[in-house]
Amino acid sequence: MFNRRDFLKAAGASAGVISLAGCAGGSKASGHVVVVGGGYGGATAAKYLRMWSNGSVEVTLVERNSAFISCPISNLVIAGEKTLADITVSYEGLKKWGVRVIHDDVVGIDAEKRKIRLAKHGELGYDRAVLSPGIDFMWDAVPALKSEAAQAQILHAWKAGPQTVALRKQLEEMKDGGVYALTIPKAPYRCPPGPYERASVIAGYFKAKKPKSKVLVLDANEDIVSKKPLFMKAWEDNYKGLLEYRPNSELRDVDVASRTAILEFDKVKVDVLNVVPPQRAGTLVAQSGAKLANGRWAEIDWTSMESVNAKGIHILGDSTLSAPLMPKSGFMANQHGKTAAAAILNLLAGEAPSSEVMMSNTCYSFVDARNVIHVASVHRYDAEKKTMLTVPGSGGVSAARNEIEAGFAMGWAKNIWADMLA
Amino acid sequence: MKKIIAATAAAALLLLAGPAAAQDPNLARNLVANCANCHGTNGQAVPNSGMASIAGEPKEQLIKRIKEYRSGVRPATVMHQLSKGYTDEQIDLIAGYLAAQK
Repeated sequence: MFNRRDFLKAAGASAGVISLAGCAGGSKASGHVVVVGGGYGGATAAKYLRMWSNGSVEVTLVERNSAFISCPISNLVIAGEKTLADITVSYEGLKKWGVRVIHDDVVGIDAEKRKIRLAKHGELGYDRAVLSPGIDFMWDAVPALKSEAAQAQILHAWKAGPQTVALRKQLEEMKDGGVYALTIPKAPYRCPPGPYERASVIAGYFKAKKPKSKVLVLDANEDIVSKKPLFMKAWEDNYKGLLEYRPNSELRDVDVASRTAILEFDKVKVDVLNVVPPQRAGTLVAQSGAKLANGRWAEIDWTSMESVNAKGIHILGDSTLSAPLMPKSGFMANQHGKTAAAAILNLLAGEAPSSEVMMSNTCYSFVDARNVIHVASVHRYDAEKKTMLTVPGSGGVSAARNEIEAGFAMGWAKNIWADMLA
Repeated sequence: MKKIIAATAAAALLLLAGPAAAQDPNLARNLVANCANCHGTNGQAVPNSGMASIAGEPKEQLIKRIKEYRSGVRPATVMHQLSKGYTDEQIDLIAGYLAAQK
């Protein structure tokens, strides 16, 4: 049988000619793309595939959760400044773009046959698959937390949702004078400034409501990973004696019942223990046969976001082996989604992906309920080095924490949520 | 002979137009997608979100503003850092695409 894929293969042979004759817009593209994971990467890819193809490409989004809940801004829910409703967005907007949204789990992917098997909805065939499953946790690194029961007591709250609400509840129930400890894994992990933001805004909550309490940061890294001078200044000015930072403090295990963090040379018993475990690409990525660096992060071609070995499978966001100085951020995943969408529309029209790829990033962090700091970067594809490199002279951080950027942080959130989902 | 000269001239023109124009007809669209995270899809910001809508602004005005951010003439919180990541040609494409939006 001569199917659509064979046709595209044949068409690909004359890609150069087609490319020169090609007009703007991806409306020559046709086919079916299955996107797995409706977060910052996957939702963006789904919308942009429909928008840029003027509806000529069919898109199915498979997402486990019934609504999108944002990790960025979720630290403000934990600090009591926002509610879960404030960071929740419906998938209805994507349906208006003609994306078929299926709420289900993927149980298997066959890259050879180009089929994805779902737990409840049978099998989906695809011409191109986009995997944007985010991170999974490496529980082997914290053996006592392998069980779901243990994970319900010692929270990560590093995926926004029920864990976010549960951590807020633990902090509310903690007595004044208690200690909240946050453990940070060695980089790379999702959202480099995120842990320092969380420590800051929880310290802000304690300062206002439980002033005898303490925040203890146990960082496996040898130093603050992101925006160090700005975080240190905020801690010095706002949280002296309230927030303690310990570098080189890698977590080995925990004792769940006594809420004790077990380090190499020390044991720390606290009142609320919040463990951000080491991470790797979502399990689905490994299952697809895509090549992983160190068994953790997917190696991809930055012009298309396609796996270097698993053909037809594009991988986005935190699951990828990050390019130099590229953070695992929601902002970045959104940019990955657009690069993948552009490349897939080219491929489905029998054209090669463009090598002129640009991506930008801005990560805002709250250091208290009203003040924000940012880090920004611009990345350009380098054809010789085959990776994204930051443009020399671009990017940087806030001059100082400020209230103006708190407005921009919320403005950013509203606009990126709409860019993905509306 | 005339035909050959014309063809050669056309080829030379294509080369002069630069790799951007010749290779990727969607470059302007793709570059504007870099702006959308903060300024909304195609530069149309969410109303009352506190972010500037940049769709449909005159091209020359957009170019002037971005270049003022880049040179530091116009104060900014982040745009002075982001604008330095883009070439004049890229800024021209971005501004042209945004100006054409409704």
